[in-house]
Amino acid sequence: MSRPTALVVAAPGTNRDPDVAFALELAGAEPRRTLLAELAADPSLLDTAQLLVVAGGFSHADALGAGRLFALELQRALGDRLAGFVAAGRPVIGICNGFQTLVRAGILPGAGRRAALGHNADGQFHCRWVELEPVASKCVWTKGIDTTITCPIAHGEGRFVTDTETLAELEANGQVALRYRVNPNGSMNDIAGICDPTGVVLGLMPHPENHVVARQHPNRSRSSAAGLGLRIFEAGVRHAGEC
Amino acid sequence: MTGVSRLTIVTRDHDPRSEALTADARALGLDAVERIDVADVVFLAGDLAEADRRLLDGILVEPLLQSGEWSTPTANGTIVETVLAPGVTDPVANEVLRVAAILGVPITAAATGRRYEIVGELSGAELDRLVARLLANPVIERWATGTIEPPFDAPEAPLVAALTIPVRELDQEGLADLNRERGMALDPAELLAVQEHFRDEGRDPTDVELETIAQTWSEHCSHKTFRARLTTTDGTVLTPLLHRLRATTEAIAAPFVVSSFVGNAGIIEFTPGTTLALKAETHNHPSAIEPFGGANTGVGGVIRDIIGAAHHPIACTDILCFGPADLPAEELPDGVLHPRRIRSGVVAGVADYGNKIGLPTVAGAVLYDPGYTANPLVFCGCIGVAHDAPELPGPQPGDRVIAIGGRTGRDGLRGATFSSATMDATTGEVAGASVQIGDPIVEKLVMDVLADAHGLYTSITDCGAGGFSSAVGEMAEGIGARVELAGAPLKYPGLSAWEIWLSEAQERMVLSVRPELVAELQARCDRRGVELTDLGEFTGDGRLVVTFRGDTVLDLDTHFLHDGRPTRSMVAELPTPNRDRATSREVADPAAALLALLGHPNIASKAAIIHRYDHEIRGTTVVRPLTGVEFDGPNDGVVLAEPDEAHGFAIGLGVNPWHGLHDPYRMAYTAVDEAIRNAVVAGADPDRVALLDNFSWGDPRRASTLGELVEAVEGCCDAAVAFAAPFVSGKDSLNNEYLGTDGERHAVPPTLVITAIAHVPDAGAAVTSDLRHAGDVLVLLGSTSAEFAGSHLDLVLGEAADPGVVPAPDPHAPERYRGLHRAIRSGIVRAAHDCSEGGLAVTLAEMAIGGRLGIEVTALPSDDLAVALFSESSARIVVEVAAGELDALRHHVPGPLVPLGTVVAEPELRLPGVRPIALDELLTAWSPR
Repeated sequence: MSRPTALVVAAPGTNRDPDVAFALELAGAEPRRTLLAELAADPSLLDTAQLLVVAGGFSHADALGAGRLFALELQRALGDRLAGFVAAGRPVIGICNGFQTLVRAGILPGAGRRAALGHNADGQFHCRWVELEPVASKCVWTKGIDTTITCPIAHGEGRFVTDTETLAELEANGQVALRYRVNPNGSMNDIAGICDPTGVVLGLMPHPENHVVARQHPNRSRSSAAGLGLRIFEAGVRHAGEC
Repeated sequence: MTGVSRLTIVTRDHDPRSEALTADARALGLDAVERIDVADVVFLAGDLAEADRRLLDGILVEPLLQSGEWSTPTANGTIVETVLAPGVTDPVANEVLRVAAILGVPITAAATGRRYEIVGELSGAELDRLVARLLANPVIERWATGTIEPPFDAPEAPLVAALTIPVRELDQEGLADLNRERGMALDPAELLAVQEHFRDEGRDPTDVELETIAQTWSEHCSHKTFRARLTTTDGTVLTPLLHRLRATTEAIAAPFVVSSFVGNAGIIEFTPGTTLALKAETHNHPSAIEPFGGANTGVGGVIRDIIGAAHHPIACTDILCFGPADLPAEELPDGVLHPRRIRSGVVAGVADYGNKIGLPTVAGAVLYDPGYTANPLVFCGCIGVAHDAPELPGPQPGDRVIAIGGRTGRDGLRGATFSSATMDATTGEVAGASVQIGDPIVEKLVMDVLADAHGLYTSITDCGAGGFSSAVGEMAEGIGARVELAGAPLKYPGLSAWEIWLSEAQERMVLSVRPELVAELQARCDRRGVELTDLGEFTGDGRLVVTFRGDTVLDLDTHFLHDGRPTRSMVAELPTPNRDRATSREVADPAAALLALLGHPNIASKAAIIHRYDHEIRGTTVVRPLTGVEFDGPNDGVVLAEPDEAHGFAIGLGVNPWHGLHDPYRMAYTAVDEAIRNAVVAGADPDRVALLDNFSWGDPRRASTLGELVEAVEGCCDAAVAFAAPFVSGKDSLNNEYLGTDGERHAVPPTLVITAIAHVPDAGAAVTSDLRHAGDVLVLLGSTSAEFAGSHLDLVLGEAADPGVVPAPDPHAPERYRGLHRAIRSGIVRAAHDCSEGGLAVTLAEMAIGGRLGIEVTALPSDDLAVALFSESSARIVVEVAAGELDALRHHVPGPLVPLGTVVAEPELRLPGVRPIALDELLTAWSPR
């Protein structure tokens, strides 16, 4: 079977693009790293991909708030092409700053609803390992995963916030994809990741790309490799191969 | 005249900054403060229509979290507003301009500020104190009560090419005055050498030339103490310190050393074709006056050192020394920031740069001592990698002088000379221009451009202290260069020639590039939006010539510039430490002593700082600073390995200034031992270790201070030979002193940081410190004796009348570490932790905390309980093995080897002659309140 092409987009300040490219390669995709400026110059690059990643980091130093400028530039660069990509059922993932970007761009939660990722409740940046519970949802990226995922978070603006109505809708629609076992940042309903109404777009704050081989786990001698974040990429790549 | 708009952005619900500020205000004794609310302010120059404002709102304000106000908000409390001073880099404002351009909103300038609303009845004096201590730093900010004006009216200094400074006719006093006025920090002999040089030339120097010489000859850049001719007070001639270190590395002749003590970093090769570049730097003075910016640019600077060694950065380290966090406000010296504020600023600065540039900040230490109150120390390290890197030939005649990266402003002027001077109450004001502000994203883009640009340049170096002057000056040594400054991209107009030439603006690299390759480098820079400027050419005539709009402002012989400085002659009074009279301690309540040790800020958990740093990015972190069931036990060394490679490397650190106060030689020797031990405990091969030294000391012109430095270098060299671990790079930061308004000089304790980088043949076999299994046995490797001078027991119980001796070097340590390494490779070592500050009892407590298990100790290494539990004898490690593996351990590791007891499931530390201490009690003591 041929390896689906995964386009990894980086803005100035994106810094986990090599990590996610490595994860995608392990998961069976053919990662292709591109700069936002290159994508803007040639939006048809998107058509060559079966999977899209908006990688994590500090795009534009988060100077105006995380992901705000990245979202603006992504919208300018891709316009309706991105909606078309999603409508075609091709999987999209935004990790950390990529999640913040997709939320600012209105792609998540989608359907005209609004959410935001605010400063962590204690106002501090946190880098620590967390455990994520996959929630029964329509998300293609967590399909078939029924065990805990363990991976690090590394963010200062990860507190998931939305209005009461949207929150209820996300829960009812199966758009909540991942929950923290212990909430590290004050997110509503312990939400670590959500998907769009179609289930092909996942946004999450933690970094599954930093737990793709067992040796990366701090307690590798205590736990099995079951918590690999790699599973998420495998599910996404599998879906990309099917559509 | 265009209008100015202001947008005030307020956080809905609570703003965590508000809580932190309110708590900090109370900690200053300002109990009347009920609440301090914070808002962000954006100033925009331009005539904005309502539609423009809505467009900007859409980006700058997140309606779920914030509200935006275009008119000046009404206030309930006292309002204080701050803005950055003119000329201070404002990255947020730059992004606002970018957004406005994308949205088509017509603004010509942007600036940002903060608005504080203080609720509570404060007197004028209290408000001033609040502002000075907490809200505004005059070094980089302006402030006002009520509404502040934006800093758009920055006066443009007149453009001056160069001034001629008459020096030929000056007498000694006149030279001294000139030295002081221009902040040149030169010695009388050096001033005379400058004068003589220009008498020979038959002319007076320009200001550009004088500043260039002062920078090149500064302690910071030329290490004149480490190169000085040394004699002892009785006339014995000593080897110059730098020579001593270099000769030691040459004598060790380790096969993995590629390059040592030259260029920007040391380079080693553990696996064929892959080299590592290593460097650690200090950024002490800048961090004292502007903690965030100082530490921020310290990290940025050492990363550039690695880029300047043609390696790609992969990890950062940081060692921080602060005054006591609970220092009463009235004990704070004049003009000095409170240690709490320095700490929070420094930690935020380190985190900001490392996290944003995308490098794991993996190894570090935090030390507290009153000696660091006026002179905090910030040691930043960086490690880089290169694969099959070609050897750089150096600049060739005809090569272009190419600068890439950030723009040049007035930031950091005279930083090199400032760093070489003593600080006093006025330092913060006069040295304002010495503060640099970092922009990690620009540096990341530069790093990415250069990641695969080998072959496009003949040499590379970074703009650090001294800016272009230092970078081009060093590259041009022996070959010469001609540079035109008018083309240098500036942050704002109005800079004089010497300011452009000396500016320490961040994120700039200088490369020598063959003319036909400039276009290719330009294309790679364009791809990532990095600015490239052609400043001139390397000539081959041996002269450094700088012009500004065609006028020659500097014309110096590079031999004079680099070799013309008269060698310093210095006298060292060697210390005479007690080495014979060991003393023990009476410890009435050992349990209480252990809990006090665990609660001492040097030993207590550093989790609150460690979690601020991203130590996971790149996915290479195998052993991290924290470990165990709850990820909170402290490790010794850390291990990094590419996820698709078996091998990796470990980083270990050694530092103990309290030992240094009593015996600098032993302090240095055991710091080397500790750094190596930390790496070996994590899984490193003790026969493949490279070392970095960083000395932060007081004024070496005082014979006793220099004597301590000489002894410390001796200790370093003897230890390096004993462990066959060569030093490959180092850095000294001297004159870490504060001249009090009382006329008293306060020096930092002699602080030597040793960084060990060691090969880890099998990263999968790496070991951590947390206990694993009840029933396992715990074994102490190494000898224990009464060595309490400078111990942490003395820090918590008070120093004994006769402190006794500092821990001695252990000649058996290298063999012990080889044995431990064999045992680790054989897979029998379940956990290992070194004994350092606080001794064996602290080591055991930390292992128990990490594993959430108990320990039953049945045998101790000494009959003297205080010695057994709290002595800090060097070269010791506690190892956990399965009960059946004790003989195997003995087979691998030569003695002495003391089976201490067993790991038990009951969460309790049981020590002979000490009441049982519950794990929860240990945890509570160890967790900072």
